[in-house]
Amino acid sequence: MQYIDNIIFLILLVAGFGLFAKSLLKIYRNIRLGHEINRNDRKSERWSTMARVAMGQSKMVKRPVAGILHLFVYVGFVIINIELIEIIVDGLFGTHRFLASVFGNGFYSFFTATLEILALLVVIGVVVFFIRRNFYGVKRLTMKELFGWPKHDANWILIIEFALMMAFFKMNAADWVLQQRGVMPVLGSFPISSTILGPVFTNFGDGFLHFTEKGAWWFHFVGILFFMNYLYYSKHLHIILAFPSTWYANLDKKGKFNNLDSVTKEIKLMMDPNADPYAAPAEGAEADAPSKFGAEDIFDLNQVQLLNAYSCTECGRCTSVCPANITGKKLSPRLILMKTRDRLEEVGRNIDKNGKFVDDGKKLLNDYITKEELWACTTCNACTDACPVLLDPLSIIFEMRRFLVMEQSAAPQELNLMMTNVENNAAPWQYNQADRLNWAND
Amino acid sequence: MDFNIKTMAEYAAEGKSPEVLFWVGCAGSFDDRAKKITKAFCKILNKIGVEFAVLGQEESCTGDPAKRAGNEFVFQMMALTNIEVLNAYEVKKIVTACPHCFNTLKNEYPSLGGHFEVVHHTQFLKTLMEEGRLKIEGGAFKGKKITFHDPCYLGRANDEYEAPRILLEKLDAELVEMKRCRTNGLCCGAGGAQMFKEPEKGNKDINIERTEEALSFEPKVIATGCPFCNTMMTDGVKHFNKNTEVAVKDIVELLAEADDL
Repeated sequence: MQYIDNIIFLILLVAGFGLFAKSLLKIYRNIRLGHEINRNDRKSERWSTMARVAMGQSKMVKRPVAGILHLFVYVGFVIINIELIEIIVDGLFGTHRFLASVFGNGFYSFFTATLEILALLVVIGVVVFFIRRNFYGVKRLTMKELFGWPKHDANWILIIEFALMMAFFKMNAADWVLQQRGVMPVLGSFPISSTILGPVFTNFGDGFLHFTEKGAWWFHFVGILFFMNYLYYSKHLHIILAFPSTWYANLDKKGKFNNLDSVTKEIKLMMDPNADPYAAPAEGAEADAPSKFGAEDIFDLNQVQLLNAYSCTECGRCTSVCPANITGKKLSPRLILMKTRDRLEEVGRNIDKNGKFVDDGKKLLNDYITKEELWACTTCNACTDACPVLLDPLSIIFEMRRFLVMEQSAAPQELNLMMTNVENNAAPWQYNQADRLNWAND
Repeated sequence: MDFNIKTMAEYAAEGKSPEVLFWVGCAGSFDDRAKKITKAFCKILNKIGVEFAVLGQEESCTGDPAKRAGNEFVFQMMALTNIEVLNAYEVKKIVTACPHCFNTLKNEYPSLGGHFEVVHHTQFLKTLMEEGRLKIEGGAFKGKKITFHDPCYLGRANDEYEAPRILLEKLDAELVEMKRCRTNGLCCGAGGAQMFKEPEKGNKDINIERTEEALSFEPKVIATGCPFCNTMMTDGVKHFNKNTEVAVKDIVELLAEADDL
C-alpha cells in the first residue's frame, strides 16, 4: 500500500490533463466553425509581435498600475509553473524536492527563494486587483455588462490564485521549520514563508507540520489541476490564447479594411463592355463565392475573430476608450467579443448535444448583438489600439454592418440616402458631379 | 481664386503631367467650410510653385463612407471607376486634405489595382518644408495657444502623428496637447459614416465631449487635419457659444494665414 499516494497522484494527473486537453479540443473545434483566413504570411513579424505583445506585455504597461501588477502575476505564474515539474516528479516517484538534485543545493536555494519572492508579488498583485475590482470603482471594471458571471469569474480567479500562493507559503514554512529541527533534509531557501509563517509554525509539533506540509502540497497540486480545467469556463483562457491571438493579429494598417473579392468580380463584369451578361459561370467559379455578404452569425466570421472572442479577458480597455461608449451609447467593444463568445459556446453546446449544429432559431445578430450597437461605431480604431492582446472587435462590427446593408438592406434611412447619393452623384451629398470644380471659380 | 486651377485633363491636353494630383474629396469640393481648406491648400501650393492638378468633374467619392457603412458594392463601384481614371492619367502621386480619402486611396485601392503614392496634405507640406521649398513663419499665430485634434484616419489608422505637429510648431505658437491625443486621441464622432446620420441615443454627442476637452485648455485655435473633424469641432464650439473666441481651423488654413495668403 505504500504506493497508494503515487497512484492517486497519477490518476489525478492524467484526469486533470485529460480533461484539459478535451476542453482545448472543443475550443479548437468551435473556432474552426469560422471561415478560414490566411494569416500565415510575414512569419518573422508575427513571431516578434507575439514575443513583444504577449510574452513581453508591451501593451499592458500603457496603464502603469494595472500593467505592473499584471506583470507581477504573469511573471510569477510563468516561473512558478517550473515548480509544477517538481510537483509532478515528486508526486509520481515519491521524491522530495526533486529539483534540488538537479540544480545542486546552492542554485536550488536561489531558485526557491526567487519563487517565494515571485509568489509574494503575485499575492500583492491579486490582492490589489481584488480591491480595485470590488471596492475602488475603476469604471471599466464595474460597468453593468460585467454583473453576474463575468464579475464572479474575475473574483474566483483572484481567490484561487491567492489560495494557491497561500498553500505554497504554508508548505514551504512547514518544511522550513522541520528542516530547522533536523527532521527534514535542508533543501532550499524560504525567506518569505519563514518570515510570515515560521514564527507561528514553530509552536506546532512535527506530526502536525508533516501533515500541513503534505496537505498544502496536495492542495497546491489539486488546485493547479482545478484551475487549469476552470480556464475553459473562464475569461482566464487569455493566459493561453493571448499567444495565438497576437500571432494571428492583423499586421496591416488599422485603416485598411478588407475588400470583398466576390464583389470585385461582379463589378468588373459590370464595367467590362465586352462581358456577356448571360454567360454561364466558369467551371468551379461558383464554389468560391461566399454564401452571403458579411456576418449574421458566428459561422460567417473568420477563425481569428472567433479565436479573439475566446481570448478576450474582459478588461474593458477597449470600451473605456470607445467614443460611442464614453458618450453613453449602447456600443461596448468588449461586449461585442463577449457576446460573440457566448453565442459560439451556445453553438458548441448545440453540437455536443446533437452531433452537429441544429438550427436553434437564434443568430448572433439581433439575438445577441443589436443593430443599435453596430450603428454607433465610428470605426475610429481606439478599441483595437487599446487591446493589450491585439484583438479586433471592430472587424466583427464591420462584418455585421455589411450583412445588415448588403443582405438585409437594413441601414438607417439617412445612410441609405448617403449611399444612393454616392452611387448616383459620386458624392455622399446630393450635388452634381459636374459642379465639383465650382470652388475654383468662387 | 485669383489663379487658375488646372485639371488633369488640361495637363494631358498639353502633353504634360503635374508633380502631384490634388485629390480634393467630396467635402473639399462641396462643403462651404471645407472649400476654404481646399483653397488655402491651393494658395500655398501655388505660392511655392508646386505644379499640381485636380481631377475636377472626373473625381468621384472614394467610396469611404459607403464602405464603412457596410456597402462594399457601392464602394467598389466608386473605387474601380476612380482607379480607371487615375490609371488612364498615369497618376503616380496623390495628395489629399481628407484623411478618409487618404486612407482609402492608400490602403484599400492597391488590392483593386490602384497603386499610387498617397500622402496627406500635412505630410506633403512637411516634405516640402524639409526640402526648403516651403518656408513657414509664425506671423499671426506667434505665442497663441493652439491645440491639435488628431484625426483617427490619419493617426491610429495610418500611424501619422508627427507631420501635423511639426508644421504647427513652425508657427511659433504655444502648442498644448489634450490628454487624449496621438494613439489615445478621441474621435470627433464623424468617422465610419457617422457624418451622414444622427448619432445613436446616449448622454451626449461625441463632438461635444471632444470639444469640451479641447476648450478646457482655453485655446485660441483648435487645429484640425480633416474636413469632417473640422465640421464636428466647429459645431461643438458653437454648442458652447465660444465661436467668437475660439477658431477651428485646418492646419493649411493656419499656414496660409500666417503667410498672409
